[in-house]
Amino acid sequence: MTHRDYEGSVSTLCAGCGHDSISAAIVQACFELDLPPHRLAKLSGIGCSSKTPTYFLGNSHGFNSVHGRMPSVLTGANLANGSLIYLGVSGDGDSASIGLGQFAHAIRRGVNMVYIVENNGVYGLTKGQFSATADRGSQNKRGSINKDNPIDLIAMALQLGATFVARSFSGDKAQLVPLIKAAIEHRGTAFIDCMSPCIAFNNHSGSTRSFDYVREHNEAVNKLDFMTGRAPITVDFEPGTVELVEQHDGSTLVLRKLASDYNPHDRLAAMSYVQDHTAAGEIVTGLLFIDNEAEDLHRHLDITETPLNALSETELCPGEATLEMINASLR
Amino acid sequence: MPLPRINDFVIRFANINGSGSASANELFARAILRMGVPIAPRNIFPSNIQGLPTWYEVRVSEKGHLGARGGADLMVAMNPQTWEKDVASVEHGGYVFYDASRTRPTAELREDVTFIGMPLTEICNRQYSDARQRQLLKNIVYVGALTALLDIDAEETERLVREQFKSKEKLVASNIEALYIGRNYALEHLSCPIGLQVKRADAVGDRILIDGNSAAGLGAVYGGATVCAWYPITPSSSLPEAFTRYCTRYRVDSETGKNLFAIIQAEDELASIGMVIGAAWNGARAFTATSGPGLSLMQEFLGLAYFAEVPAVIFDVQRGGPSTGMPTRTQQSDILSAAYASHGDTKHVLLFPDNPTEAFEFGALAFDLADRLQTPVFVMLDLDIGMNQWLCRPFAWDDSRLYDRGKVMTAADLDAGKDFGRYLDVDGDGIPYRTYPGTHPTRGSFFTRGSTRDRYARYTEDGGAYIDNMERLLRKFETAKNLVPQPLRRNARMPARYGVIYYGSTHPAMTEAIEGLAAAGNHLDTLRVRAFPFSDEVAEFVTSHDLVFVVEQNRDGQLRTLLVNECNLDPANLIPILHYDGTPITAREITDSIAGHLNVSNVTPLRKVGS
Repeated sequence: MTHRDYEGSVSTLCAGCGHDSISAAIVQACFELDLPPHRLAKLSGIGCSSKTPTYFLGNSHGFNSVHGRMPSVLTGANLANGSLIYLGVSGDGDSASIGLGQFAHAIRRGVNMVYIVENNGVYGLTKGQFSATADRGSQNKRGSINKDNPIDLIAMALQLGATFVARSFSGDKAQLVPLIKAAIEHRGTAFIDCMSPCIAFNNHSGSTRSFDYVREHNEAVNKLDFMTGRAPITVDFEPGTVELVEQHDGSTLVLRKLASDYNPHDRLAAMSYVQDHTAAGEIVTGLLFIDNEAEDLHRHLDITETPLNALSETELCPGEATLEMINASLR
Repeated sequence: MPLPRINDFVIRFANINGSGSASANELFARAILRMGVPIAPRNIFPSNIQGLPTWYEVRVSEKGHLGARGGADLMVAMNPQTWEKDVASVEHGGYVFYDASRTRPTAELREDVTFIGMPLTEICNRQYSDARQRQLLKNIVYVGALTALLDIDAEETERLVREQFKSKEKLVASNIEALYIGRNYALEHLSCPIGLQVKRADAVGDRILIDGNSAAGLGAVYGGATVCAWYPITPSSSLPEAFTRYCTRYRVDSETGKNLFAIIQAEDELASIGMVIGAAWNGARAFTATSGPGLSLMQEFLGLAYFAEVPAVIFDVQRGGPSTGMPTRTQQSDILSAAYASHGDTKHVLLFPDNPTEAFEFGALAFDLADRLQTPVFVMLDLDIGMNQWLCRPFAWDDSRLYDRGKVMTAADLDAGKDFGRYLDVDGDGIPYRTYPGTHPTRGSFFTRGSTRDRYARYTEDGGAYIDNMERLLRKFETAKNLVPQPLRRNARMPARYGVIYYGSTHPAMTEAIEGLAAAGNHLDTLRVRAFPFSDEVAEFVTSHDLVFVVEQNRDGQLRTLLVNECNLDPANLIPILHYDGTPITAREITDSIAGHLNVSNVTPLRKVGS
């Protein structure tokens, strides 16, 4: 597979849109993982971010569904065939406003998926209205101030039991690509909140989602390298600054600590750390939480290994004789 | 003069919700069935868990009239809250059986009915020390008394108790004891039997007694459904619960112990239908079950499934609307909101089963139709079918039957170089080919969306491509006409000028009404519509009669509207016969209403009546 086999059609988003960088990071991640593109299904809701699955992985099936409802459609698809990789792409309007309920319930069920929110704090296609993740006090392009409190999807994902939680920035490919790779290999709900500035409506001074603002306030707690099980692991950092995390599939995450007091295995500590730093005006990025013993919905429902969509009459229909017995019990 | 009636009467039990009367009442009903006499039991229950009035009625009919009849010949009045109303509802010459420890009928209440008192509470208080036992076994004690009063075979009843509790010896013993306490008391102290009696007959045949929701849930198992996503709503909840029960029994891999199904109780109806669409898009057979309010919530997704052409099966167990309406009462009032669900120009396939047997058959068939037509298919049940037990034909299945998975291109097809256009009408029937995700590394992938696209699933805002697609969807709907269950016609014994169209749970009442009308010299042909889109036969039936009555259980004549709209029929020739108070329609009403029209010497079209 060449890099081109992972590309999609040409983007119709604005030149310089953060979302296009995320699409490029997805292409890069899948290419580096050498993933057969048809073994991945990409699903989205409605909005700028949800348009992007057309612009990457052209050999994968895609589904641009209903505004805010990608999680339910993806859950159903996942139940039908647990052997594919599911990538859900959403935006802050799609997941934090109209789809907040579905966002929450997919995570609490532990649907095995990569859930990326391309978070720009603003509605693009409808021309610049605040979204539910916009910070209180931030200014829109017309100069009005947002008075509502923001929804912090990271805090929610942690509270709801996501087993892989990360935040990144579309402008930091070096950070984002390994996170996407690790999320793909993670079995369980892997949530990535990706700051993705809107070049058209939310990149001015006074915005807290502009390129400049996010760069200035970005506080990475760690830096992730991703290794597959076959790759030799060479670590040449000082003892105590690097941790190796084994995933279910045998792949290894090499986690270089940037914040010495951050422990990505402690859910409650992570929640508190992120909220403290958010209150201090910082945007905490990196792999914020990982549960290496994650479980997923298929396991909870005890579903057979064979994809449900591949079962035939033989396995599914109890047949005539059984029906006769049922009839007899109803007389 | 007290009513003398053999194998033809209605008994109504007035109980308090949550008092455990349901299983005792069902025992009573089944005992009559075991004597070879057909029954039609019905629950009339409140939206409540405990404390409000609830009724259970059993129509006993050797002739096999299984629709609701209306009225009661014997009232088993166990609820002091509704005592007066219950007594008032008894037919002239009827009977009231009551708990003499709690109620004292006054002579002036009704002089034309026979009051039969039995000190049930006293008997049970003497017999049992535990409060719950006193309550539960009191129900069995009155069933015992009724077997004496109505001359029901005690041994059949006893056998049913044994079958019900099987291995639980203690329960068998205490229930049988209670049964005979009641029976023996009645035989000693009351004049038995009364005028209403059950005589052994041979009129049941091989029929089964089951509720429509269980039957539909079983149909989904036989139809190959593997994914079910649902949100609890009366009166549909027992359908996915039945599916769960049957799956647990018949769908667990015997070798691995793993489930060959996935059932999700979703967070709401939007998520339910979303999951169904996602699963079906990915090639699994998937369904949801809901009622009116849930259907309202699903509208946006149903438009997506119609336009993006994703199969979905929706069981709509209809209740009284609009809004919360009458959540525990029956209606056929979602016809239009299902047929045209969602914004924009849409039309959906609807199936109208008339009883649990058809709920099973259509429940299984719906998955073939959804896959074949790549569109949502609604199975339109109602509370009467869904939550009441009906005596109906046994289920049948042919083991050689294969699932119709519709037009799906495989990796081999793609390798053979077949041209794959997701929305390309290759065969001229409006139905395109699809591929499941993951089929082929380099061919056959496509992007599913609710926005306009061309024949190769590429996004476009071109008006020509849009119309091309919308016209093809109409061709597909035309194809559906011949795939859905066809209407069933029943001709009058002699050539008839008038006809009747009806559907769903109206069937037994209609059958009885037609007999009654014919006996009075009014002959009508009938057509039971079993699906939408309507096959050509439906319009032909209307145009070949002077007038056609359309009998339905809603206020606005929704099927009639659909007929006028879809078949270009003159509304003046379609006379609505409507019943919508939440109770099941009765033969009496239909007969009176149609006879009323016919007796205005010559029936004239609506237009002339109105002008």
